[in-house]
Amino acid sequence: MVPLNWYLMLSAVVFMIGVFGFLTRRNIIIMFMSIELMLNAVNISLVAFSHYLQDMRGQILVIFIITVAAAEAAIGLAIIIALFRNKDTVHVDEMNEMKG
Amino acid sequence: MEQTIMNNLGFPILSTLIFLPVAGAALLLLISRSNENLIKWFSLIVSIAAFIISIPLFAEFNKSTHLMQFTEKHAWIPSLNINYHLGIDGISVLFVLLSTLITILCVLISWNSIKAKTKEFYISILIMEGAMIGVFCSLDFMLFYLFWEAMLIPMYLLIGVWGGTNRIYAAVKFFLFTLVGSVLMLVGIIVLYYQAGGTFDILELTTKTYPYKLQLWLFWAFFAAFAVKVPMFPVHTWLPDAHTEAPTAGSVILAAVLIKMGAYGFIRFSLPLFPDASKAMTPAMLTLSVIAIIYGAVICLAQTDLKRLIAYSSVSHMGFVTLGIFALNLQGMEGGILQMINHGVVTGALFLSVGMIYDRTHTRQIADYGGVASVMPVYASIFMVFTLASIGLPATNGFIGEFLIILGGFKANQWAGVLAATGIIIGAGYMLWLYQRVFFMETNQKVAGLADINLREIITLLPMIILVFWIGVYPNAFLGFMHESVKHLLERVNSGGMHEAGIAKNILEIIK
Amino acid sequence: MSNYLLIPFLPLAAFLINILFGRKYLKENSHWVSILAVAGSWIVTVATLFDVLAGRVINEDLYSWIVSGEFKVSVGFLIDQLTAVMLIVVTTCSTLIHIYSVGYMHGDKGYYRFFAYLSLFTFCMLMLVMANNFLQLYFGWEGVGLCSYFLIGYYFDKKSASDAGKKAFIVNRFGDFGFGLGIIMIFLTFGTIYYEPVFSQAKGFASQTINFLGYDVHLMTLIALLLFCGSIGKSAQMPLHVWLPDAMEGPTPVSALIHAATMVTAGVFLVARCSPIFSLSETALMIVALTGAITSLFAATIGLVQNDIKRIIAYSTISQLGYMFLAAGVGAYTAGMFHLYTHAFFKALLFLCAGSVMHAMSGELDLQKMGGLKKYMPVTYWTMLFASLSIAGVPGFAGFFSKDEILWLAYSGSSPVGKFVWVIGTVVAFLTAFYSFRLIFLTFHGKFRGTHEQEHHLHESPKAMTIPLVILCIGAVASGWVGIPHLLGGGAHFTEFLKPVLGHPEAHGTHAEEWMVMAISIIAGFSGIGLAALFYLVKTDIPVMLTQKFNAAYKILWNKYYVDELYSFIIVRPAIWTAKNILIGITDARIIEAVVNGVPKGIGEFSRILRKVQTGLLQHYAAIMALGVLIIVAMMLLR
Repeated sequence: MVPLNWYLMLSAVVFMIGVFGFLTRRNIIIMFMSIELMLNAVNISLVAFSHYLQDMRGQILVIFIITVAAAEAAIGLAIIIALFRNKDTVHVDEMNEMKG
Repeated sequence: MEQTIMNNLGFPILSTLIFLPVAGAALLLLISRSNENLIKWFSLIVSIAAFIISIPLFAEFNKSTHLMQFTEKHAWIPSLNINYHLGIDGISVLFVLLSTLITILCVLISWNSIKAKTKEFYISILIMEGAMIGVFCSLDFMLFYLFWEAMLIPMYLLIGVWGGTNRIYAAVKFFLFTLVGSVLMLVGIIVLYYQAGGTFDILELTTKTYPYKLQLWLFWAFFAAFAVKVPMFPVHTWLPDAHTEAPTAGSVILAAVLIKMGAYGFIRFSLPLFPDASKAMTPAMLTLSVIAIIYGAVICLAQTDLKRLIAYSSVSHMGFVTLGIFALNLQGMEGGILQMINHGVVTGALFLSVGMIYDRTHTRQIADYGGVASVMPVYASIFMVFTLASIGLPATNGFIGEFLIILGGFKANQWAGVLAATGIIIGAGYMLWLYQRVFFMETNQKVAGLADINLREIITLLPMIILVFWIGVYPNAFLGFMHESVKHLLERVNSGGMHEAGIAKNILEIIK
Repeated sequence: MSNYLLIPFLPLAAFLINILFGRKYLKENSHWVSILAVAGSWIVTVATLFDVLAGRVINEDLYSWIVSGEFKVSVGFLIDQLTAVMLIVVTTCSTLIHIYSVGYMHGDKGYYRFFAYLSLFTFCMLMLVMANNFLQLYFGWEGVGLCSYFLIGYYFDKKSASDAGKKAFIVNRFGDFGFGLGIIMIFLTFGTIYYEPVFSQAKGFASQTINFLGYDVHLMTLIALLLFCGSIGKSAQMPLHVWLPDAMEGPTPVSALIHAATMVTAGVFLVARCSPIFSLSETALMIVALTGAITSLFAATIGLVQNDIKRIIAYSTISQLGYMFLAAGVGAYTAGMFHLYTHAFFKALLFLCAGSVMHAMSGELDLQKMGGLKKYMPVTYWTMLFASLSIAGVPGFAGFFSKDEILWLAYSGSSPVGKFVWVIGTVVAFLTAFYSFRLIFLTFHGKFRGTHEQEHHLHESPKAMTIPLVILCIGAVASGWVGIPHLLGGGAHFTEFLKPVLGHPEAHGTHAEEWMVMAISIIAGFSGIGLAALFYLVKTDIPVMLTQKFNAAYKILWNKYYVDELYSFIIVRPAIWTAKNILIGITDARIIEAVVNGVPKGIGEFSRILRKVQTGLLQHYAAIMALGVLIIVAMMLLR
């Protein structure tokens, strides 16, 4: 049986990939995918805990997260498309309208 | 503990008074924006209905007791022990009546002068009325605070939307000034809530005794809210701006009712809640009052703007009110309360009058006037009545209030009485000078050919004229309401929880 | 029996009718309402006088006015001997002047307004004299001041008129400031402000002192002097006399009624009314006497050189009012009241004659442009001559008896300043005779000095004006006969009548001394007249020569001792300057507003710095977030 630590390790690695991807890439779609990575890293650890603690609630939560993430991805992509139509770019440095 | 007299009319009159205008405002939403006549008439009918409903308060009021009357009490947020608790006593009853009367006049005066966003204007006025009455009737601190803050919004809109050229600055200034004070009061209210063991009930809170140092802190927290509203020197500078920029109806409500809330707060809350602190702070309060009287009056001598001058005269007159209140004797206090009514009537009427001529000339500069008495004789005579009331001529209401205040003030502190009396001399100076520059001398080209005031305008001013002479000639009709309540309040203040010696010791400690 | 209520309320009703309906409906008929009302008052007054003569004194409350704790005051009426005298003076003069005004104000566009104000004035004045407590007195006091303001500024489109009205009101406010405090002191001392209990208890406080604004002062002196402040203002005594000469901007009937016969004498009435208080303080009485004496001398000297016919009479009024205070100050309240009573007739007459002259001269006031009017307006001439003889104190005329009584009681009374004020009084008698006859000679004698057009228009005034002149002239001659002293075989009825209210000082002097005082005052009067005749009829070049020789003194007198300029310099201008430059300019704008606008500005500055963090770049935010998470985790691990 694979020990829990391994799953957590995997989860952490995927999460960090997501974080670094988000911080370093400038393409908004890749940043978006990085966010999905982070989300799923968390899902991995949730499922792992659920399995080892013999508690189904973790897995149910994961189903919910995936559902919400799907909705979020749909909206997010829609926004990105709208952005692209307006700006002709998906480069994030061009999008600093919120500058104080 | 029977602290109140239940409603003796058979229906919840105070709730009706508060929510009738609010319901009227809601119904206004349903009326088409283009149907201006209907909007005006509907608002007028609602305000008159509210006034008619308020008349039983005057007629049925039991003058032989200090207890709260016409009370209503329902649980509102039980988990925090917040109740919907209403009631009035001899101190607040007259203000409820004043509010309902003033609203009618405000609707009438705006009849032709408000041309843009009419519907929203009347909605603001009606909501304002409900909130004002709510403030005077609330017996629960949370409810009180709710109404207190609710008043701000319509007033802010009145100034900010329908005001003069510099309206945004004035509106924001008004809002921020009052909000800063109110927030400090909110902190005070919460402290009181815990100190008194979890109650917001004003009647219950005012029977408890609080430690002297706490009283002192809370006194100043409440002072922040009330002094701004009064407005006392040195937090008065919002008033001239707000008055000058507000539309006529806004100025009238501001002068007649809104700034009374501050003085009312001192009487209703500061004195009975913190009797020892109030007594200890009397010298400071008297000083500030006297400064306000003289400062406001002298500054009037140099004003060139009609509304600004009347606004500064309000500072001076409200100085009299606070002087009377903090004289802490019967004459001063009754004079102070009566003077609040008087100031509401007289300054309200002055703003109404100025609004009438402003509608014709569209200038507030005194230099643009002159010789109006030849052109508009009826208007000039009526304005003279209010001028005289403002300078406290006997047989007008101003005299009764000012005389009692100076009598009370002199009793409390001779210097306060003497210096306050000088304010009356200066008052005569600036008001008569104003009258001379506007109404006398050669007719200015800008006012030549103006039409005299019409019937609607005369009807608007008529109630004020009646009140000026009614209070002046037979003030007992009004003083009679307050005797018992004021007596009871003064007993509370003067027999406060602590001995004089204890206070003195505490003051010494604070000074060290 | 309460028809005495009609006395004040008839004129009030007339006022209401005129002010409400006069402009549109009554118009040229407004005078009927007012005249009928005031004549009605006069009739009731006469009936009441007989009641009082029969010894019935009325003291009743009408209704409770203000009640606040122990402070209780009613609208109430007291009609005793003193009030009766005032009532007669007020209603008689008022009636006659109402009638006179019908002719004088004929055709004026504010006709209804004028009569409305006159009626209101009569009402207030009657309330003043009939009050049975201090607050109602104060009501009447301010009320007459208000009417005076209205009537001085009657021609309100003239700047000088509206200025003068305003000045009168504000200067009076200075006096009323003290008066009001006096009423408050009375209440705090006696616990009531009704005359009767106050005066009956006053003796009990005779030696009490009180701490007033940090000074220990004699209580009765303090109260008396505070009340006297009111008198100074209303009766135009130094230093608050400045308003009265300017008040001549009003129509002449107003000057006659308000600024000669009735309102300005209210101050004297107040002192007489409060005689039980004043009598308890020697200091206060001394100040009253000295104020009166100095004012009367001061005003008389100014009167010598003025050229405006109404101003001369105005200064003469100030001077005569000083005389009355002089009398009250030496304890001779009855003599003061006697002079008030005779003065009302001859001074009202002088003013009305001046008005008649103005009427003929189409509004001209300058003496230098008159002359020789005698043949054009005989009635005016003779009545004015009699009035002048009366004021000059020629034996047999009303003014002689009252003036003589004042001088004798000043000389013989127990006041420490008695002899001094007697000397001043005698000098003033001489000056009065001089300037009064200067006025007569310059106006009615010699050659006409005006334009041809004016000369062409000269005419006697209509009947409505001359009849009141004649009636008043009878008063100016005969009103003094009710007070002929015992020395001349009279009964001094006037003094006897007022004795129950005012008392009467003991005269410490022999008959010989009394004859001497009388002789000196007669000589003073005649020499004044003689000198005036010499200067203005015989050797008309002497006055011109004198003004050139004593140019400095002449300048000072001509400019009324520069008092107006002084007040403008030390009060009016500094007040406005302070308001503009210090209160608005510094306190409001630089201090309070600096804080008010400074706090939001400071918050704005702070946020301007803080918002640099907001780069708008998503990754910056994310990095900061990640950093935050790291810090939190680190803190949790390291703990």
